[in-house]
Amino acid sequence: MAYEPVIGLEVHCQLATASKLFCGCATKFGAEPNHQVCPICLGMPGVLPVLNRTAVDLAVKMALAIGGSVQQVSVFSRKQYFYPDLPKGYQITQYDRPYCLGGGVTLSSGQRIRMTRIHLEEDAGKNIHAEHASLVDCNRAGTPLMEIVSEPELKSAADAAEYLRRLRAIVRCIGASDGNLEEGSFRCDANVSIRRPGATVLGTRCEIKNLNSFRNVERAITYEILRQAEVLDGGGTITQETLLFDANSGRTQPMRSKEDSHDYRYLPDPDLPALVISMDRIEGIRASLPELPDAAKARLVQACGLADANAELIAQDQGTTRFFDLTCEAVGASYPAPAVANWLIAEYLPVAEERQWNLAESPIPPQRVAALLQLIAAGTISGKIAKTVFDVMLGSDEAPTSIVQRLGLVQISDEGAITELVERILTHNPGQLAQYLGGKDKLFGFFIGQIMQASQGKMNPELVNKILHARLAERRGRLD
Amino acid sequence: MSDLQPFKLTATTISQKVRGGEWSVRDVANFYIERTERYSRDLNTHLFWDPADVLAQAKVQEARVKAKEDLPLAGVPVLIKDNICTRAIPTTCASKMLAGFRPPYDATVIARLRQAGAIIFGKSNCDEFAMGSSNEHSAFGPVLNPWNRAYVPGGSSGGSAAAVAADLVPVALGSDTGGSIRQPASFCGIAGLKPTYGRVSRYGLVAYSSSLDQIGPMARSTEDLALLLDVLSGHDPMDATSRVDPYPSVASSLGGPVALKGLRLGLVREFFGPGLADGTRAALLAAVKLMQEQGALVEEVSLPTLSHSISSYYLIAAAEASANLARFDGIRYGHRTARSGLSLKQLVKASRSEGFGREVKQRIMLGTFALSAGYYDAYYAKAKAGRGLIAADFAKAFGQVDVLVAPNAPSVAFRLGEKSQDPLAMYLGDICTLGVNLAGLPALSVPCGFDPTGLPIGLQLIAPAWEDGLLLRAAHAYEQLCPWTKQAQPPL
Repeated sequence: MAYEPVIGLEVHCQLATASKLFCGCATKFGAEPNHQVCPICLGMPGVLPVLNRTAVDLAVKMALAIGGSVQQVSVFSRKQYFYPDLPKGYQITQYDRPYCLGGGVTLSSGQRIRMTRIHLEEDAGKNIHAEHASLVDCNRAGTPLMEIVSEPELKSAADAAEYLRRLRAIVRCIGASDGNLEEGSFRCDANVSIRRPGATVLGTRCEIKNLNSFRNVERAITYEILRQAEVLDGGGTITQETLLFDANSGRTQPMRSKEDSHDYRYLPDPDLPALVISMDRIEGIRASLPELPDAAKARLVQACGLADANAELIAQDQGTTRFFDLTCEAVGASYPAPAVANWLIAEYLPVAEERQWNLAESPIPPQRVAALLQLIAAGTISGKIAKTVFDVMLGSDEAPTSIVQRLGLVQISDEGAITELVERILTHNPGQLAQYLGGKDKLFGFFIGQIMQASQGKMNPELVNKILHARLAERRGRLD
Repeated sequence: MSDLQPFKLTATTISQKVRGGEWSVRDVANFYIERTERYSRDLNTHLFWDPADVLAQAKVQEARVKAKEDLPLAGVPVLIKDNICTRAIPTTCASKMLAGFRPPYDATVIARLRQAGAIIFGKSNCDEFAMGSSNEHSAFGPVLNPWNRAYVPGGSSGGSAAAVAADLVPVALGSDTGGSIRQPASFCGIAGLKPTYGRVSRYGLVAYSSSLDQIGPMARSTEDLALLLDVLSGHDPMDATSRVDPYPSVASSLGGPVALKGLRLGLVREFFGPGLADGTRAALLAAVKLMQEQGALVEEVSLPTLSHSISSYYLIAAAEASANLARFDGIRYGHRTARSGLSLKQLVKASRSEGFGREVKQRIMLGTFALSAGYYDAYYAKAKAGRGLIAADFAKAFGQVDVLVAPNAPSVAFRLGEKSQDPLAMYLGDICTLGVNLAGLPALSVPCGFDPTGLPIGLQLIAPAWEDGLLLRAAHAYEQLCPWTKQAQPPL
């Protein structure tokens, strides 16, 4: 039977602050266990939370970026439950009065996925289960998170993955979070239900916890949709429960059922005054918003003439967009923007990613890239030689022009010299020449290879191509 | 040194004489060490006492005195209620749960006291986690009232009150969530101030009810209350509920009886009804008459919603306490059950069952219930609404008068064991003090006489928020007219 999936996502996104939400401890990933802790985040007796201002600024930035409505007054509450990784016995979170309502993200299909809310909260610590004991690491306890909750409006696993990619692009673009899935700074829970097409009532939903890659989000939701369909087709009913996705088996498995769910006994936190965000502060943050990924992509396509896919890649984060813009600006009109994009995507970005460069402080800044591209534009070097020059640039500060001069990589565009070499190669390979003239056209590439090898790649490939063609055609003509 | 006489010293004189070079910090420390050694065990006032630590501190402060540092509390011994964190010094909250617990940090008030030249003179007994009105709910035994050892000293700051009354220290810190400074101060015949909520940092005060708790000074004179308040007051970036505005010195503004001229005093009608003991009523009215003679204008005011204060208070305090005390799970610090082979849930349950006393468990359960799904609106939300009404009543009264007059309790101290089996009777005794905490107001108790059995009576004065200075000036004026603490001493 056909069903229509209904999917809503909850994303826990770690805010890119230097310190925790309610104390001064660092939030760096991967520190020695319990080395980023203090009496406050350890929940020692007598300590009090004080709200991190930067966390609020970043969260507001996110709210504005998705077109949400920032609430001028919001409230922190205590969500109570006992667990060793929760030092105070409660988590400070926003409950009935979150700081942001509404907003949304538009998919490539044009569908706008609306947001229910975003709220601020602190993360818990981590339990590590060793052989004979369970250990608690509180480094993560108190780390600032924003929980971004979508309406149940996504219709497929692929849409869910796209929604997440777009959301991540936004948090990265505005610098609210590093959006790192592996390190857990961008985590997702999915609520999945299915119903008959046209039905207005939602089916019973299941929540899939802690999906740690876009691929797993897609796999888990796909599996869950099929599982639920199978249950319904078999005449069964869906039980509301919390599931864990097992990436090895590709299946979802029950974690706990709703029956023993907690009563969290929410209580407005008396240690924290209501969070009041003034209009001035909101407008100040709005003014600091960078160009968002959707806007950047549209501009790259319309104003710069980039292909859709390339524009998407360049617009994925602010650093890349800015790098592209600066490169175009430095290179000038001689080298068209789409070609700059091609070169960055093919040559530069893979290296940058591998070496984990921060593009704003890249060792090869846009000006140096532009200098290299200008050499291609001027015909001084070929695209192929440019790769060699780029490799040298990676290891030194030498200017591209200087590298080209020093290594003698200047492209040979002298037709006489090229003709001479072409003739020499043809003469030295009489067997292949005969075969070519006999109809084996593929051997054209062989001659090109020989010529480029003999000239160490320095000959202008277009001219080589043209002259070789002419010389071979001439010989064929003679045969005719 | 012959100048060092029991019941003759105040923090103000100690600080002056130490700074003036007349007394050494060490001599003052030794004088009070000797008194503490002699009386504290019998009265059970102390939960931590280490003379060696006192002398080590004295040495440090002596050097600062010699270096002419600005030390408003130079060499002043201060006893600290045991629910205020002191670095490396046990802080138990009078609970088995925290027996032997040594905090890794000083509360902000402790840091301020040390900075001002004070000597931390041990930790005082109290009701467990400050929950109680008689000091009988201490896991380490009750404190005895120095005026009559068959009687309670009041609570929860009973150890601090009794120690100051017996002159084991000139001053002490208490905490007041529903009267825990004022009521024991009145039961022990000393002065005690509950400052405006937000005036003194709560950072390092082990939270009972965060929206009501406030640390305050206890002393044998209002002058000393003011001296300590000046040191304790001020914004603390570690406490988001502490006010940012600066405070002018209160101690330097005390001017004696002249403060009473034209001061409008309001007698809270609801407190002077039939529930009030005759001796207490007589002493309070005599005090009011005396002030009237000095030019104070007296009228009656009504706070009709005060009848809701007990139910509002015990719901809000219990609800907040149930969350505040959740951190005591036996995982990172505090009592952990010795039983082995338990699941996580069993471990937490056993540790808490063994670690907490009866009264604490009772309030945790009350608060847990009040916050349970489906009950929030009926209990907690309603209690909060009641709190708003009470605050509005006070605000209205302060449109009529400058300072309110009330008892601190319906009667003087009661006998040990008299109410300990009847929690409701104990809770009802708090009627005179709770409203102040619910409204966040400053209030104090100052001695105003004795009942026929020789037990002290306290006069409670209440001022509008942030008018702690006015409050102390009024109390100081009365004290100049009637210096009870100079006239009588407890029989040690």
